[in-house]
Amino acid sequence: MTKMRIKIDELGTDILKAKGFELSVGRVVEEWEETPGPNPMPDISTLREWDHKLLKKYKPFYLPFCDLCCLCTMGKCDLSKGKRGACGLDMAAQQSRIVLLSCAIGAATHTGHARHLIEELIEKFGRDHPINVGDGSVYLEAPHARLVTGIKPKTLGDLEDIVEYCEKEIVHLLSCCHTGQEGNNIDFESKVFHAGMIDHVAMEACDIAQISTYNFPKADPEAPLVEIGIGTIDTHKPVILVIGHNVPPAVEIYEYMKRNGLENDVELCGICCTAIDITRHTQKAKIVGPLSHQLRFVRSGVADVIVVDEQCIRTDILNEAMKVNAVLISTHYKNFQGLPDRTNDPTDEIVNDLVSGKAPGACILNSEKAGEVAVRVAVAIAPKRRKMGIIPEDSQIIEAAKKCTQCHSCQRVCPNNLPIPEAMKAAAKGDLKPLADLYERCIGCVRCESEGVCPNNLHPHTLMVGASRIKIREEKFKIRAGRGPIQDVEIRRVGGPIVLGEIPGIVALVGCANWPDWKANALIAEEFAKRNFIVVATGCAAMAMAMYRNEEGLTVYEAFPGAFDAGGVLNVGSCVSNPHISGAAIKIASIFAKRKLNSNYEEIADYVHNRVGAVGISWGAMSQKASSIASGFWRLGIPVIVGPHGSKYRRALLGRKDRDEDWYVIDARTGERVYVGPTPEHLFFPVETVEEAMVMIPKLCMRPSDTTKGRAIKLNHYIDLHKKFYGTLPDDIHLFVRTVADIPVTMKDEILEFLKEKGWKESKNPSPDPTLLPRLIRVKKEG
Amino acid sequence: MAAEPWQKYEIPGPTKAVVITKPEVVSALVTRAKNPILVAGFKTAEIDFGNGKKPIDYVIRIAKAANIPVVATAHTVSEFLKRDFKPTAWMSAMDIGNRLTDPTWSVTGKNPPHDLALIIGISHYYMSWLIMSGLKSFAYKHLKTVSIDQYYYPHCNWSFPNLSLKDWEKNLTAIAENLEKGRKK
Repeated sequence: MTKMRIKIDELGTDILKAKGFELSVGRVVEEWEETPGPNPMPDISTLREWDHKLLKKYKPFYLPFCDLCCLCTMGKCDLSKGKRGACGLDMAAQQSRIVLLSCAIGAATHTGHARHLIEELIEKFGRDHPINVGDGSVYLEAPHARLVTGIKPKTLGDLEDIVEYCEKEIVHLLSCCHTGQEGNNIDFESKVFHAGMIDHVAMEACDIAQISTYNFPKADPEAPLVEIGIGTIDTHKPVILVIGHNVPPAVEIYEYMKRNGLENDVELCGICCTAIDITRHTQKAKIVGPLSHQLRFVRSGVADVIVVDEQCIRTDILNEAMKVNAVLISTHYKNFQGLPDRTNDPTDEIVNDLVSGKAPGACILNSEKAGEVAVRVAVAIAPKRRKMGIIPEDSQIIEAAKKCTQCHSCQRVCPNNLPIPEAMKAAAKGDLKPLADLYERCIGCVRCESEGVCPNNLHPHTLMVGASRIKIREEKFKIRAGRGPIQDVEIRRVGGPIVLGEIPGIVALVGCANWPDWKANALIAEEFAKRNFIVVATGCAAMAMAMYRNEEGLTVYEAFPGAFDAGGVLNVGSCVSNPHISGAAIKIASIFAKRKLNSNYEEIADYVHNRVGAVGISWGAMSQKASSIASGFWRLGIPVIVGPHGSKYRRALLGRKDRDEDWYVIDARTGERVYVGPTPEHLFFPVETVEEAMVMIPKLCMRPSDTTKGRAIKLNHYIDLHKKFYGTLPDDIHLFVRTVADIPVTMKDEILEFLKEKGWKESKNPSPDPTLLPRLIRVKKEG
Repeated sequence: MAAEPWQKYEIPGPTKAVVITKPEVVSALVTRAKNPILVAGFKTAEIDFGNGKKPIDYVIRIAKAANIPVVATAHTVSEFLKRDFKPTAWMSAMDIGNRLTDPTWSVTGKNPPHDLALIIGISHYYMSWLIMSGLKSFAYKHLKTVSIDQYYYPHCNWSFPNLSLKDWEKNLTAIAENLEKGRKK
């Protein structure tokens, strides 16, 4: 479907004179090869029944972040121990309401980003600019949009129609959080799933738009390797740092540099997803690192000009920029930073004001102008600034540490409870190693330096960064530029082995930088790539995976190929590239299994849940966006593991493997109910340690459709990792072995003995055609 | 006695745990309970008291003395096995939290529900705090919770205050000794 628009710059007739005339004529329905399925453009109620099926298996275990509800003026209300609030809401509903609020914020943020970006790109490239995400290798260009909305987008203009649908749904979802609306926790959870599904549709539209217009890699398994790490930044040049998620200003910075022959004279680097996306546009740009590197890099003083757009930017960025005499340019109305709007001022005037120091920064809501100003200001002020930073030398650290009274205030406000006082004690004696050792476990939030935390006004984070100077300078790694979607031919190649279980799973490392340590991302990626899983990554997780070398001195992107195949390690792209991961699962159902895609969410989700062994890992999940991204996976029945901070999302979605009655599917061939074991066991699962995550990954990749060969492969990984980290056999093997043929050959004797002890019996129907949807039964049982 | 959460911003609500000033209180609660359970996380094997002993050694002593079933979370089971002690079960912290809300469940399958849970050493303060919060609101009808961790956990029914390593070990020793004495009687 597309909207028909007629735009006339100037119209003059006998009866009408008009300028900027634009006529929009509804939607023109355009046929594609599939007729629509049962659920085009689903609203909140459409997929409720599917959600409830999942939520019956994976019940919420609520983890209230606070006993109180403070959202309306009847409160505060204590909801603990069975109490209800003044509005009648109980604790379970309140927690799920907050999850919905979080996911609605996350989905709105991506949808707002998509709307803003697509409008800007339409302005620049035209509404009829064609969609191209694969240079002929991707015919199924928008699996989410086609599945959910029934729209097969061909031009940038078509993406606007998709985003419009998302906007409408998000308004309704957000309204459900108002006092006196939904009262049932499971129905709140269903709405959470809806928000996640919408989020993936919007993110997909957003990434399609930028891939199609900005010369990003197009489903390229051999996307180039680019530089990442603070140590890669050439501090002798003027440096421009971009932070955020909306890439046009960064693109315009680079294009201005190119037009003016400054490509090799000015350093363009970035933090967070704008960094990932600018390196998809030009490999001359560099990535500083994930979100946790934001403040430490700004305070290093290396950046002469800081350009911010939207999302995940430190809200005190202007103060921090001013501390090191760097100039701040805000390019988005979502983040004015209190700066004057200079969008319509003459460029020379803005440049002069910023170079002379008359103004600490400016808001410029025009990407091209912001790009020019950023480059000209950086070139002019770099010689004067001389990289003024506020990172202390060793002698200053030691002197400061001597003032520490060991009150533990800094440790007690640290999200990771880092043993800062112990490190300060050692530093006071001249040993800076313990302080430097905290570096990889620090998320860079700087709560330890907040006003009033340290009675002696010490700055532990700054001291830690100072003690880590040498380590930071050595941060020089390679990351593969974000490749975008998975090719159709790749799906055809691996679809069978994934569904049958012979490729043991797809492991998706996604999310933010709120982790207990960043190294875990690389360790997980390496472990599972070696085991022939397909490892895919986005955003801060993709960056953190690059910042660790194996024994041969290689990062995971150098050690493993970038193809969507067994043993591949793929950087798919930024936050908005996540739908290429969930989209790959959808494509398996559509391209490999030939299930109808058009407006057919329930059937496709049923297929993915029962057959596609995929699991998401968000070791550092932090934001509302991360929660909505996760919920988009949940509605497809794909489990997500989060690191320990993920427990703060207020609830887990847990299966009970000890309850046999929860683990039945319908055999679509016969209509018979078949016990298939807890496959997968959980839907949303916070873990305590990385070892626990490593064991859960292969376990959560098991699916009812696994062949005996596939199940044996998956069991082999699960049991092997369990033995490695837990020191013993798993106690639940009997729930996953359906027939003797499922048992890994090398473990046969040991497992048979275990099964005997458990009184295990072989399944009568080990290979059903699994579904949760009675309507998919092909032959109904008589009687 | 007032106590504050160890991580200062983990503020709970109006109801906070009673501070355990004497470890004998824990021994008494265990002795009186009909079906207690002990949940131990990986911190029990990470922290060293500086004398070659770790919290996990006291967990084993307490479990043996009071004959309490132990559930090891995360990969803590490997540390128990190294000490020739097989926990009754091992499962994730989330799983054990979830199951303890179920009045029809017990780890041995006998005499559900558990009426007392001792909790120690889940790796991250905030994660343990949240699980206890879940238990406070969703298991309160049948379960009392006791933190014998190093820090104050406001969502339990009873909790040690924030302790130095030395005082924590002293308290764990006292609980183990009291229960061992009780067993001899």
